[in-house]
Amino acid sequence: MAELSLKIGSQAVLESRDLQKLFDVLRAKGYRLIGPTVRNSVITYDELTSVEELPVGWTDVQEGAAYRLKKVGGKAFFNYGIGPDSLKRFLYPPLVRLWRARRKGDGFKPVEETEAPPKYAFIGVRPCDLHAVAIHDRVFLSGEYADPSYALRREKIFVVAVNCAKAGNTCFCVSMNTGPKATVGFDLALTEILEGERHYFVVEVGSEAGAAVLREVPCREAGEDEKAAAERVVTETAEKMGRVLEAAGIRELLYENLEHPFWDEVAERCLACGSCTMVCPTCFCTTVEDVTDLPGETAERLRRWDSCFTEDFSYIHGGSVRASARARYRQWLTHKLAAWLDQFGTLGCVGCGRCITWCPAGIDIAEAVRALRRKEEKGRPPAPAETPGEYSGIQEQPGP
Amino acid sequence: MVSARFPEPMVPRLFAVRRVRRETEDTFTLELQPESPSEGMAFAAGQFNMLYVFGVGEVPISISGDPEKPEILVHTVRAVGTVTKAICRLKPGGFLGVRGPFGTRWPVEEAMGGDVVLVAGGIGLAPLRPVVYQLLARRGEFGRVALLYGARSPKEMVYRRELARWEKRPGFTVHTTVDKPAEGWEGNVGVVTTLIPEVEFDPREAVAMVCGPEIMMRFAVLELQKRGVPEEKIFISMERNMKCGIGLCGHCQIGPYFVCKDGPVFRFDVIKPFFGKREI
Repeated sequence: MAELSLKIGSQAVLESRDLQKLFDVLRAKGYRLIGPTVRNSVITYDELTSVEELPVGWTDVQEGAAYRLKKVGGKAFFNYGIGPDSLKRFLYPPLVRLWRARRKGDGFKPVEETEAPPKYAFIGVRPCDLHAVAIHDRVFLSGEYADPSYALRREKIFVVAVNCAKAGNTCFCVSMNTGPKATVGFDLALTEILEGERHYFVVEVGSEAGAAVLREVPCREAGEDEKAAAERVVTETAEKMGRVLEAAGIRELLYENLEHPFWDEVAERCLACGSCTMVCPTCFCTTVEDVTDLPGETAERLRRWDSCFTEDFSYIHGGSVRASARARYRQWLTHKLAAWLDQFGTLGCVGCGRCITWCPAGIDIAEAVRALRRKEEKGRPPAPAETPGEYSGIQEQPGP
Repeated sequence: MVSARFPEPMVPRLFAVRRVRRETEDTFTLELQPESPSEGMAFAAGQFNMLYVFGVGEVPISISGDPEKPEILVHTVRAVGTVTKAICRLKPGGFLGVRGPFGTRWPVEEAMGGDVVLVAGGIGLAPLRPVVYQLLARRGEFGRVALLYGARSPKEMVYRRELARWEKRPGFTVHTTVDKPAEGWEGNVGVVTTLIPEVEFDPREAVAMVCGPEIMMRFAVLELQKRGVPEEKIFISMERNMKCGIGLCGHCQIGPYFVCKDGPVFRFDVIKPFFGKREI
């Protein structure tokens, strides 16, 4: 077999029996492999050593407020949608120690953290989740202050994406232009193809690092029919997409409807539990906790995922700014679909649909946007002008 | 749990408490000095720091000292929560962690040549005091300066000795008022916004800087507008929950803005679409 000339954009065929070789090459290069596997009744990302741990024979059935695993048999490795976790759990962990300090004389001295974060290779990353990483790059790396923890983890990753062969019932990547085909942010992108007895992957090279890895794995140049088969997979998935979110003019829609009656309607259902923010691959809000040991000699600051759905989140002296569930849901959606654009030049939604699946009340972000549009079109009486009334002096404010 | 090596601006710098002055029943002014005195903290009027009490926690507090004297860091703190109470219990020789300075500044340069109106409510005078220092030091470069200050009662006024000194400076007027007078109070009674119609300034050339509770700022802006001060010449300083100070934790958002880095000082026409909206 002639030496394959692999460069960015090349497409090769990897037989399914050789997928383990890809795992082995990555492990030999010092990567910790993170990929999809069945854990706690979901298909989620976890550490893998062998293709045996991939969810072969399993799929998922998703609906608003519902996720079920289903045994369907067959040989496919990646015949499922997405689980609750995204790469966020690994690149922006739920709990990080920012620093430790020891009391010393008339002060304290920060103790430097020396542990290096692991070098991750992610297997089976969906295109929507790649877009989520691209969004986090903007959030954490593009501003005046970068997040060092994210930067350290992010710079070392290797990504093996998998194009979606199954449209999840709650996702809407076509609306957000984030899938079902990976176009950015991968080193290698696989399309899994099952044709009769044949089971293979069409592999697209996305980076020099990807080409270097693939050179060590047995594969051959993809034929035109194989490339066409791969293209068909994503086209069919796009056609079967479960939901649509109409994104045109969405920033203005949100900003112009801050007092829309929809917020009251959704507040009747929203439990303000924060599940949507935990499963969202782009939600990045955190809080900190300062703790000490019992003698009070050492202190540390922990950073933890937080949610704009908690009452505490907006607390300032006098009370919480967003005391009601209505205000918190409005903040979440308006941030994601409007403010995010102003802040980072991109929407904060990739269309993965996790917030729909994992919302215990089944609140649907795509439906929310539709409701805001519908009522807007119908027309409604203009909101009464803010009448300030009398200013009666500086009081203890029950929140602004 | 995961740990990582975090350089600044996540790690606080050590500052020693040099002097503590009691302003009111529950408000204290602390003078702080960095561990190595040669490294002062240069800051602009309006910026804030995250102050950390060892093992207790961290809070955002505006800087209330003189920008021309960066060797001494000054903060005025009201004891209302766990961390601020711990800060107010500190004595000379104690220590604090400091991250900063963060945030936007008051438009002191932009105000040159015209009149300046400062409107402060309660401890809202603290973030404006650096402006007062700059205006006094460069008196000739500004028109008339009026400081309007309201407190709930005479004993809740901060910087009382300084207010008396500032009053004597030429071209600098201080107007104080209290919501509730006490025995011996001979000054104005009423909210600070009632002073705005009384003050002499040229609204076409004036810059107004306002700091206090949100409700007070709302009414102050209305009164200033009635006088003819354009929205883009009115500046306010906002307060929100903050955990990081650098636009990464998400807590301080108001509309598209992070109060920690796009504020705390906002030009009014910029923040207007979101200001005063309930629960935004």
